[in-house]
Amino acid sequence: MKKKVLEAKDIVKYFHDPISIQVLKSLSFHLNQGEFASIIGKSGCGKSTLLYILSTMDTDFEGEVWIDGICTTHKKEAELARIRNEKIGFVFQFHYLLNEFTVLKNVMLPGEKLGKFSKQEIEHRAYEKLKILGIENEALKRPNQLSGGQKQRVAIARSLINDPIIIMGDEPTGNLDKKNSDIVFNIFKELAESYQQTLLIVTHDNEFANKTHRIIEMVDGEIVRS
Amino acid sequence: MNFKLLYEISVSLLLARWKQTLVAAIGVTFSITMFIALLSFMTGLNDLLDGLILNRTPHIRLYNELKPNETQPIQSSNTNAGTYHFIQSIKPSNKGLQIQGAGAIIQSLQADPRVLGVAPKIVCQGFYQVGSTDLTGVINGIDVVEENRLFKFRDYVVDGNFLDLKNTPNSIILGKGAAETMLVQVGDMVQITSTKGVKLQLKVVGFFRSGLQDIDKVQSFTSLKTAQKLANEGNNYLSDIQIKLHDILQAPFVSKEYKKLYGVDAIDIQTANSQFETGSKVRTIISFTVGITLLIVAGFGIYNILNMMIYEKMDSIAILKASGFSGKDVKSVFIGIAVSIGIFGGGLGLLAGFGLSSLIDQIPFETASLPTIKTYPINYNINFYIIGGIFSIITTYFAGYFPARKASKIDPVIIIRGK
Ligand SMILES: Nc1ncnc2c1ncn2[C@@H]1O[C@H](COP(=O)(O)OP(=O)(O)OP(=O)(O)O)[C@@H](O)[C@H]1O
Ligand SMILES: [Mg+2]
Repeated sequence: MKKKVLEAKDIVKYFHDPISIQVLKSLSFHLNQGEFASIIGKSGCGKSTLLYILSTMDTDFEGEVWIDGICTTHKKEAELARIRNEKIGFVFQFHYLLNEFTVLKNVMLPGEKLGKFSKQEIEHRAYEKLKILGIENEALKRPNQLSGGQKQRVAIARSLINDPIIIMGDEPTGNLDKKNSDIVFNIFKELAESYQQTLLIVTHDNEFANKTHRIIEMVDGEIVRS
Repeated sequence: MNFKLLYEISVSLLLARWKQTLVAAIGVTFSITMFIALLSFMTGLNDLLDGLILNRTPHIRLYNELKPNETQPIQSSNTNAGTYHFIQSIKPSNKGLQIQGAGAIIQSLQADPRVLGVAPKIVCQGFYQVGSTDLTGVINGIDVVEENRLFKFRDYVVDGNFLDLKNTPNSIILGKGAAETMLVQVGDMVQITSTKGVKLQLKVVGFFRSGLQDIDKVQSFTSLKTAQKLANEGNNYLSDIQIKLHDILQAPFVSKEYKKLYGVDAIDIQTANSQFETGSKVRTIISFTVGITLLIVAGFGIYNILNMMIYEKMDSIAILKASGFSGKDVKSVFIGIAVSIGIFGGGLGLLAGFGLSSLIDQIPFETASLPTIKTYPINYNINFYIIGGIFSIITTYFAGYFPARKASKIDPVIIIRGK
């Protein structure tokens, strides 16, 4: 049996401002190692909300989230930061690169934070990740000197630096044109197939979703297909 | 490792906005510069003014005061026991100003480990005679060498050599004011008549200027021997014993002890000159207040810049947190920025403060009453630099602390959702 990488158990989430609404309604599912899954659903159905909970950044919910066999409930802020650093890679719609640093340094930062490897090794690994994404020639540029598609690829390289157990994306292709979105999709696919990388990607793009191995569909805070 | 990384991030953020951070650093530099210069100058001035009196004043002076006997003869009679005496018209007793057993007292004082030095002195009243006019004067007989060692006598002798007082028999160093009134030069003879009726011809070997006009008009100095002749007393006559202690703060206490021990009157420097300390204290407090106010203003500058920076860097903070930096790490980054500004600006400020002090030290400041002073006084006390350094780090730390705490509390979800 394949290893469970991520498990959500009875997740309930309310927002209280301006009125109390239940956004996630006792939602459960799990992901196995090497799965390439997408989450789809209408705008406002709670996809992003779910992703922030799974990623440990939002701790205000009921239910349990297990990542790599660890329950994240009741963990301290610093411990959760450590879990994100070591086990989760993020790609958002916006790239969130730091313009003060070179592309290479942006990719290296989470690696240096983890401190598992020496600085030289981290640099070497960062180059490797950039190579996988085909942008190793841009390594010494500043992020603001890159195109939108290139920036998003740097963000993916950054998410890979610590060999995370899972990569989560919230509409990572939302800002990209068809061509760039295909490039990103192919990278994800390659990661899943050649590197057994687990991926969970929220998307609006049904064409994108249809090409993934598994589709999780949400309606009004509940999973209707998975 | 982690610390180095956070520091690296601090520096990068700081350099990305180097113009604003430079302005903040200059604020700190300016305030530390002023702090150092002000304190050095004020303290220099304090030392100078205190020195005017304190250097020249013994920590403890032993003397005999003319006063009535504490027990009048009738009180020793038993005939009126149990009654009160009302005695009118009591006169001071004719005990004289001589300190009895002065030689033995000096010897025992010199053996006391708390005592830095002892200088004997004879004070006698007299007149300087110029033509047919008499000027009143106070002639001090001193031990020239000890007087110089303890009270820097040399600094106040403006013409002639102070050692001539010891080497030339029957010599005198006149107060500058008195000399000007009498129109005498070094090498001239003056005639002194003491209140005891002794007349002496003395050779003027120098002039003396204390900085206090009233003193210079009346005071003059001779050797102990000459003063003893003027007082018409033997060669063990002394009217004052001046004592300098290792620790000036012990003076009031030790003075009481000596008074009891030797049966003489004793006065300590604190009692004799209480107003001086108050002045020094006020000046020091003013300097500290101004310096620290400047620093706090600089602190607000840093606070503003960091707040602005955090506002601009919301995205960066969000992604740092999303990718595994904890709130504490983010806080360290921003405190790092603030303290770097403090260390850099403060360090420059210490250097500039030293520079400014040395510059003030070069400005000529000559005044007739202060013969030894040629430039504005500066006290190069290492403590000011230490205090300034510590304060610059503390203020910038606190200026950075609150914005940094705000940054550490930023919820990445809110930022990321907002995009
Ligand atoms: N901070 C908040 N306070 C109150 N309600 C919120 C808050 N954030 C989100 N919501 C509500 O929760 C619901 C789910 O929001 P969420 O962002 O998860 O939707 P989504 O599925 O990601 O939509 P989209 O596809 O448009 O990104 C929405 O109805 C939204 O209005
Ligand atoms: Mg969303």
